[in-house]
Amino acid sequence: MKRAIIVTVIAGLIGLAMFLIPVDPPPEAKEQSMTKTDNIVQRQARGAYLAQVGNCMGCHTMQGGQPYAGGHSLATSIGTFVTPNITPDQETGIGRWSEDDFWRALHDGKGRNGSPLYPAFPYTEYTKITREDSNAIFAYLQSLPPIQQRNPPNRINFPFNLRPLIYVWRAFYFEQGIYQPQAAKSDEWNRGAYLVQGLGHCNACHTARNPFGASQGNILGGGQLMGSNWYAPSLTSLQEASTADWPIEDIIELLTTGLSYRAVATGPMADVVSQSLQHLTSDDARAMAVYLKSLPETDPHSRGVAPPLTEEVDKLLQRGGELYETHCQDCHGNLGQGAPGAYPALTGNRGIMLASPINAIRSILNGGYAPVTIGNPRPYGMPPFAQVLHDEEIALVLSYIRNAWGNRGTLVSAVQVDRSRKGAQ
Amino acid sequence: MRPLALILLIASLFFTCSAIAAGIPPVEVPNTMAERVKACVICHGPEDKEGRDAYYPRIAGKPEGYLFNQLRNFRDGRRHYRPMALLLEGLPDQYLRDMAAYFASLRQAFPPPEPIGSSPAEIELARRLIMRGDPVRKIPACVECHGRDLMGTAPFIPGLLGLPRIYILAQFGNWRNGGLMRGQTPDCMSEIAKQLTADEATAVAKWLAAQPVSEALLKHEGPPSALPDKLARRCSSVLQSPGL
Ligand code: HEC
Ligand code: HEC
Ligand code: HEC
Ligand code: HEC
Ligand code: HEC
Repeated sequence: MKRAIIVTVIAGLIGLAMFLIPVDPPPEAKEQSMTKTDNIVQRQARGAYLAQVGNCMGCHTMQGGQPYAGGHSLATSIGTFVTPNITPDQETGIGRWSEDDFWRALHDGKGRNGSPLYPAFPYTEYTKITREDSNAIFAYLQSLPPIQQRNPPNRINFPFNLRPLIYVWRAFYFEQGIYQPQAAKSDEWNRGAYLVQGLGHCNACHTARNPFGASQGNILGGGQLMGSNWYAPSLTSLQEASTADWPIEDIIELLTTGLSYRAVATGPMADVVSQSLQHLTSDDARAMAVYLKSLPETDPHSRGVAPPLTEEVDKLLQRGGELYETHCQDCHGNLGQGAPGAYPALTGNRGIMLASPINAIRSILNGGYAPVTIGNPRPYGMPPFAQVLHDEEIALVLSYIRNAWGNRGTLVSAVQVDRSRKGAQ
Repeated sequence: MRPLALILLIASLFFTCSAIAAGIPPVEVPNTMAERVKACVICHGPEDKEGRDAYYPRIAGKPEGYLFNQLRNFRDGRRHYRPMALLLEGLPDQYLRDMAAYFASLRQAFPPPEPIGSSPAEIELARRLIMRGDPVRKIPACVECHGRDLMGTAPFIPGLLGLPRIYILAQFGNWRNGGLMRGQTPDCMSEIAKQLTADEATAVAKWLAAQPVSEALLKHEGPPSALPDKLARRCSSVLQSPGL
């Protein structure tokens, strides 16, 4: 039966079967009795699921605001985008849009009046979505209650505020086209690739960006998030966040719960998990994991040179160790072992040994909660230490955890911490 | 099937973990709210802290609805304090409600009163505003809303004792200057705060921070005093806030 589901999903994907929800019972029995309204209801349900996988709501809703009514700010190096209202309101939303208009936005990155959209809207990835999936998402969005909410305009700096300039960028970097399944690979792998490259828009964060905010580096090769102090690690480097040597189950666990004994999703990745990935059907989660695991390894990223353990370094690390004992050990354990499901292990944790320590600095300065999911509705939290420890102390304790219990990483300086404190969040 | 899959997933999480960390016992983590709000207690803890922590307001024992409203205000950018906004980012209402309920139920000793010297004139001014208000300017007495004993009115109006002076002053400053402050507009408290002069606010803040809180008052848990209709109408934006 599982196989049947996968097959039907793929079939839907390439346009043979249209209105199937992957977790539904076998479709043949149902199809005969399907009336037109059933069709619509099913298509909307499928669209609701796909919108979650694409995390449309995450960007098109402001904190505490009405779902999909926009108004969420996205800070980037060229200015601040304010996302539009995509509820079916006639005046302020996309109530007057047709299926074709919507398809053109997702597939070709053009607004209803034909003008090009900024790639802060990740149509560079969404272009891989099939027409059927686009129609389903549209059907779902049109079924929402219309919300009248006029959002303020984007605040983009000159000259990037000139929309026609987007054409120049598009000529170089935008490749339009639906995902083409690779015949040599399994259906499962192709489904995973479709999700990761398309709707999941992982590459929108996990690669370097050009000034327009468009992905421009090696695919999934890692990069800093625009306008923020987060680094999204390479998904193709074993030293960063490649999962090539993980069991499939562990990858699924990380994707759908944000917690695994090897890693924990924090910051923007925690949002991706709680808003989007936790809702993946088990087949889709597995397909994504299969694809991620198969990604060929790229050049190993340099982790930087860990310090030789001179007496001086030893003294520094010892001071860091004392701070660790006072402030961190309660939760993360005397050997950095953590507690499964609650406190991440720090020993063997690649996330804290990355060449760029910005994520770890940020975690220590600002603390945070692990992602909220259906299975973990009340996650445990990490206190912010910005008010408790000085830059110097944070540098010491971080250098310590990067080099304790068999971990190895470069020493972190107070200057780096200071830069994070002052920089964009 | 979904819940089952989840249970299996979680079970496998525990299984692999204990298998991997072979030999090293994991940290023991109590499955309690107290453990979950350790991230808050670093600032809102009961310990007597000095220096840089002087500003942190007491939250233990405050009305649940009030705490919940404030948590949402911080998360949604209607009340500004960056460290809390970052910490609460992405947490759903339900979890905020659980946190509010936990802190509301917490009984904690009050800090000793701040040693503040007020002039007799200041004391007189503060007492008058707090106990009787100013009918001419239509300022109700603070006790009418904040309770006879100034310990708050369930479920939305907080107590005023045990708060640092500079915290109270900062709140008054925010109400006066920031239209968006604490979200609800029009909001009875911001209207009142805008009417007070700087001298009046200072006198009131000093007096409040200098009041000792007796243990008897703390243990007192009678029925919460009800808000008179007229005042309840005035605060309707806070009282009818969605979600509770
Ligand atoms: C990373 C944030 C982000 C995500 C995720 C995102 N969008 Fe958007 N979207 C934007 C931004 C920013 C714009 C405005 C771009 C511009 O001004 O040119 C936009 C524009 C749009 C528009 C054009 C609206 C108009 O009025 O012109 C549509 C339609 C749209 N998005 C639909 C979606 C759908 C459907 C999804 C999920 C599959 C989605 N978006 C996911 C950021 C996002
Ligand atoms: C909004 C930006 C964003 C998007 C979209 C995004 N990520 Fe991430 N991801 C991050 C950041 C930032 C980190 C680093 C923080 C952390 O370690 O959790 C990260 C970390 C990770 C990690 C490593 C976790 C660890 O600690 O080792 C994996 C694996 C990962 N992402 C996979 C994905 C996949 C798969 C997708 C697409 C379905 C995706 N990400 C989409 C921003 C993003
Ligand atoms: C109250 C328990 C607690 C204390 C005390 C604590 N942490 Fe954490 N820590 C956590 C939790 C929970 C997370 C996961 C948070 C998240 O997902 O955002 C975490 C995450 C981290 C991370 C990010 C790990 C990753 O994989 O991305 C680092 C680094 C870290 N802690 C370091 C420290 C240091 C250093 C200290 C002491 C100065 C400390 N922690 C004290 C609970 C704690
Ligand atoms: C870094 C220190 C810090 C941390 C950590 C922190 N808070 Fe706060 N909290 C403050 C400060 C300072 C204020 C007052 C802000 C202002 O209005 O200026 C405050 C205000 C509040 C208020 C409003 C109090 C009132 O009387 O209006 C509540 C409720 C609250 N915090 C709850 C929490 C919870 C729950 C957590 C944990 C999830 C938390 N705080 C974590 C420092 C902190
Ligand atoms: C009409 C009812 C009403 C009156 C009268 C009133 N308050 Fe308030 N007060 C409130 C409400 C409601 C809140 C909670 C506001 C919110 O939810 O943001 C509040 C909050 C406060 C706070 C914030 C407490 C904290 O923990 O952050 C202070 C301080 C305060 N009031 C002082 C006063 C003083 C001093 C007076 C008398 C001059 C007064 N109030 C009179 C209704 C009132």
